[in-house]
Amino acid sequence: MQLVLEKRAERSGTIALVSPLIAIGLTILTMVILFAILGKNPLLALHAYFIAPLTDGYSLQEIAVKATPLVMIAIGLSLCYLANAWNIGAEGQFLIGAVAGSWIAVKTQGTDAGAWVLPAMLVLAAAAGALYALIPAICKVKFGASEILTSLMLVYVADLFLDYLVRGPWRDPHGFNFPTTAEFDPVATVPLLIEGGRLHLGSIIALLVVAAAAILLGRTIKGFEIRVVGAAPRAARFGGFNANQLIILTFAVSGALAGLAGIIEVAGPIGHLQPGISPGYGFTAIIVAFLGRLNPFGILIAGLFLALTFIGGEQAQIAMKIPLDVTKVFQGILLFYVLACDSLILYRFKLVFPNRQVTRGAG
Amino acid sequence: MQAHQRMLDPTPKGQNSGESPLLRTIGLTKRYGDLLANDSIDIDIWPREIHALLGENGAGKSTLVKAIYGLIQPSAGQIRWQGQRIVLSGPSEARSRGIGMVFQHFSLFDNLTVAENVALGLDGQESFKDMSARLEQVSRTYGLPLDPKREVWQLSVGERQRIEIVRALMQDPKFLILDEPTAVLTPQEADQLFIVLERLKAEGRAILYISHKLEEVKRLCDTATILRGGRKVETCNPRLDTAASLARMMVGGEVKEVKAVSGRKTTVPRLVVNDLSLAPSEAHGVRLDHISFELKGGEILGIAGVAGNGQDELFAALSGERLAKDPGTVVIEGIAAGHLSITQRRKLGAAFVPEERLGHGTAPRMKLSENALLTGHAASGMVRRGFIDTAATLKTVDRATETFDVRKAKRDPEAASLSGGNLQKFIVGREILRNPAVLVASQPTWGVDAGAAAVIRQALLDLATAGAAVLVTSQDLDELAEIADRIAVMFHGKLSAPLATSEATREKLGLLMGGSSLEPKEVAHAAGA
Repeated sequence: MQLVLEKRAERSGTIALVSPLIAIGLTILTMVILFAILGKNPLLALHAYFIAPLTDGYSLQEIAVKATPLVMIAIGLSLCYLANAWNIGAEGQFLIGAVAGSWIAVKTQGTDAGAWVLPAMLVLAAAAGALYALIPAICKVKFGASEILTSLMLVYVADLFLDYLVRGPWRDPHGFNFPTTAEFDPVATVPLLIEGGRLHLGSIIALLVVAAAAILLGRTIKGFEIRVVGAAPRAARFGGFNANQLIILTFAVSGALAGLAGIIEVAGPIGHLQPGISPGYGFTAIIVAFLGRLNPFGILIAGLFLALTFIGGEQAQIAMKIPLDVTKVFQGILLFYVLACDSLILYRFKLVFPNRQVTRGAG
Repeated sequence: MQAHQRMLDPTPKGQNSGESPLLRTIGLTKRYGDLLANDSIDIDIWPREIHALLGENGAGKSTLVKAIYGLIQPSAGQIRWQGQRIVLSGPSEARSRGIGMVFQHFSLFDNLTVAENVALGLDGQESFKDMSARLEQVSRTYGLPLDPKREVWQLSVGERQRIEIVRALMQDPKFLILDEPTAVLTPQEADQLFIVLERLKAEGRAILYISHKLEEVKRLCDTATILRGGRKVETCNPRLDTAASLARMMVGGEVKEVKAVSGRKTTVPRLVVNDLSLAPSEAHGVRLDHISFELKGGEILGIAGVAGNGQDELFAALSGERLAKDPGTVVIEGIAAGHLSITQRRKLGAAFVPEERLGHGTAPRMKLSENALLTGHAASGMVRRGFIDTAATLKTVDRATETFDVRKAKRDPEAASLSGGNLQKFIVGREILRNPAVLVASQPTWGVDAGAAAVIRQALLDLATAGAAVLVTSQDLDELAEIADRIAVMFHGKLSAPLATSEATREKLGLLMGGSSLEPKEVAHAAGA
């Protein structure tokens, strides 16, 4: 008896929906083993990770706050990945957006600038993120440089640039020498949705982005172009679609969304620019994009789930002294299983019996 | 070599003397999922026999020979070699037992020499020098001239096939399988191949010859086994049967005759190519060399030629997948279009059917409605202000399904789930439903079943009758003879002057396909017709 992978005639719709769930199941199983090896009670750990954060209002709000940047970035990345353009540098575009938006906040600090400040910050952040993403895109189109490498390397450039600004020119003079800007003025801050809560306007923007992406991909010719270029490049050229133009476009859009997410994070939950404004949102968003099957609504759900692991990880650290890095291990294993389970959409397992049993009587 | 001959062939004709067959399959069955590719096939191959394996695409010919060559394991049944049951672990075991195979698609490295390619394909321990010497000797013995030191990319398709054949012969096989060997040859090259095969037969070897060209089989083969839908229909002597009766057995019914309307009126030139030259886009590609022709409405121009002589490059230049510097080199409907994109050319009324159905003509994993949008987005009212009109795309699918008898499991399946013939009918239908002024089709019936091929040829004829200019590239001379008004030949990126179909004999076309030129006065005469 032999187990073989067999190609399906047509993509299985059921498996396409179920495969992320299988991946999550396998991830949790692996985590149980890992917790056991660490000497922690697996059931308690799982409770801390996945149940406890859902039981109080504060944590629920915090999940939405964490999901906001993840979803916005992942939507942009999904456009790139659908078009077969591999933007791995969303983290850098996120940081550059945060820096560019903060520039207005820093410059208008303490002046009587009006309500234009926040919209201007959002626009500038999106533009900066887009321009920063265009660097690898143009290198790819003009010189054939691998966008995977260039976009990834630019993350560290952005990270160190931010570091320089908050330790140097933009450092808060009254900040006891901490590497941080001064707290942004109210006009430069993203408004809260619930008084005294954590939920802010950014979450609404993220929902609008999800809806816009769903319309773009499902209803418009541009969305169709993006999907064809990724799925069948030669057919796309035959259809008259320009793959290079779409690399530029999808990188620009995903850079803009990452930049926007960056400034919303800084002008929202954090309130000032400092190093470490991102716990790796740009990288985690890659997992969100694939776990969500590169589908806008899937990404929304996947973003909330990954946000849950961030919050759960913090709770598990506080309650059970499980290292915070376990969250990253969890996310990595999850991506691994998601990609592995995707092969089941086009293939199925089959048991094959050796010849002898079948041939009986044939000769 | 002679010692071998004696050993191989103790009696003049095995069949008559009651000797056992060289190879036989008994109830050979191969199942892929729900599909029975081979359903209990019995076949006997005798020494000193050229045995034809006939059948349409998808009849199970390739599956059967792959099982015999050890590339796949049968699900049931057995293979007997010289009377003994064998289970082949792979092709190298098949080769060591004396079974050789020449594939339709060559596996050669373009940048290596002939000798290096042969060395890579051999299992033995022989030194490179000895091997090269043997290569020259085998190629001389069988009249298959090859220069061992030349690099493969410099060789014609016919010469590349020779490498594969010589490579197989160097293993001294008792049994040689050839998969559609003449598909890539000119008629003259095919004649030379037949001489080689007759000689191999005279040496006592057995040959399994896969083909769907019936005249060829009648001429060459002693026995024919006909497969249809994975089952064996019949084993017969092809010389005693008519081509029509063999075709009936292959197809399982009468093949619909294609009807041409006699005396189609030609109108104004709708596609004109003026002195088109284009450097190849990739290494070892073909340079288009001063190509000119004029195609009027109501006319079908056929372009014959061995694959790889610039047909793909010409298609890309005509469709706009590659642009020419000079706009005037391609004129569509009186408008200089050499610099226009494929979308702009479609808006001028041109339509295109590429050779590759999956991946070029369609996105395999997208639905038919999305594939209708792929070429229809420019000029078919499927897109309004950037938004897709899904109902309009589905309507195109329904109309193509109805008009061209596209058979599929549901209303809007993925392109990859259709059979070759049905997908090709959809692609041709999708383009014809746009009422094009000019249709450029590359190998429109390549690898499709006879029924679908007839539907497609009829559709091309009807389109020309309705006033469109139709350009068809094909390696199938019979197909061009059936539908084209004039036939030109591509060779090394050059296009010959077109001949009227009535004057284009196989011999003349064969000479042009091999790079010879016709007598000057003959060309002038034909061009005037």
